[in-house]
Amino acid sequence: MSRKQADAAIDITDVVCPITFVKVKVALEELEDGQTLAVHLNDGEPIQNVPRSLKDEGHKVLSVDKNEDGTFSLLVEKGGLA
Amino acid sequence: MSSLTNEQLERYSRHIILQQVGGKGQEKILGSKVLVIGTGGLGAPAAMYLAAAGVGTIGLVDFDVVDLSNLQRQIIHQTADVGKPKVDSGRETIEAMNPDVDVHTYHEMVTSANIRDIIRDQDYDFIIDGTDNFPAKFLINDACVFEKKPFVHAGILRFSGQLMTYVPGKGPCYRCVFKTMPPKDAVPTCRQAGVLGVMGGVIGTLQATEALKYILGVGELLTGYLLTYDALTMKFRKVKIPRDPHCAICGEHPTITELIDYEQPACDLRKA
Repeated sequence: MSRKQADAAIDITDVVCPITFVKVKVALEELEDGQTLAVHLNDGEPIQNVPRSLKDEGHKVLSVDKNEDGTFSLLVEKGGLA
Repeated sequence: MSSLTNEQLERYSRHIILQQVGGKGQEKILGSKVLVIGTGGLGAPAAMYLAAAGVGTIGLVDFDVVDLSNLQRQIIHQTADVGKPKVDSGRETIEAMNPDVDVHTYHEMVTSANIRDIIRDQDYDFIIDGTDNFPAKFLINDACVFEKKPFVHAGILRFSGQLMTYVPGKGPCYRCVFKTMPPKDAVPTCRQAGVLGVMGGVIGTLQATEALKYILGVGELLTGYLLTYDALTMKFRKVKIPRDPHCAICGEHPTITELIDYEQPACDLRKA
């Protein structure tokens, strides 16, 4: 899978639910539809909930990669659901 | 970048998560200015929820001081506040609750001489009628029509309450429905008839809800509707009310062109 450079990046490994999703949501609000955001997040609750919440709000999760340190990297494309 | 601090992201997280709010909606709330007229049964819970929600500027208008008999329902005031101006006690509660709120106080009774200046003082976006007397209710309506400001009317008595929202150009005003002052002593005040303390909580919180929906631009407001609530039967009724093209103030040929100070017996002039 080809990977394009993300338009913005956010690290949410230092916060817990629901601030994880809150931070990603606010970061996405700063982007235009179709732009992408790279998200660095923890295993467990964040990886279980954040991608699902993003899909619920109409965003597209382009890729999910597990890093060597056990964290995850997510690439999200901003969707246009009002 | 978003102007929200990490602390604000956390404080308002349950708002921001909502699809209809988000970070942008919370910024709108923080940038909004709401005037609460009367810090009694209705104004107390309305102002408290607006403060908790992060309404950035809240104006409190009340000429009265806290009385022991207020505490059964006016939850913004505490026992130690008895004898203190209600606007001061209200300010202290709000400031302790949320440092994001800038509180402006007006320790006076609204009259034809000051109400437009009070509304203009911070160019308030939305006004909450938390008063308990008809002269003030007509005055607030007329001032909001003249100033082209939206407001939510409400009243509570015994076990019942009602509210409606006026938005300039979008529906009826209070006078479209209630025309003019009821005859003296035709309608008892809370003081004469009593009121279940929670009524202000239910109706005042609905007023705060209308303010937040207006600020966010979401949902349907109670414009063109009077919502009534009877606590004894637990019945809510949403009554459709049309705009009156012959309304004396917002109609096609208005006959009221300046504010009126109606008279009410002095003993009735107490906040709900």
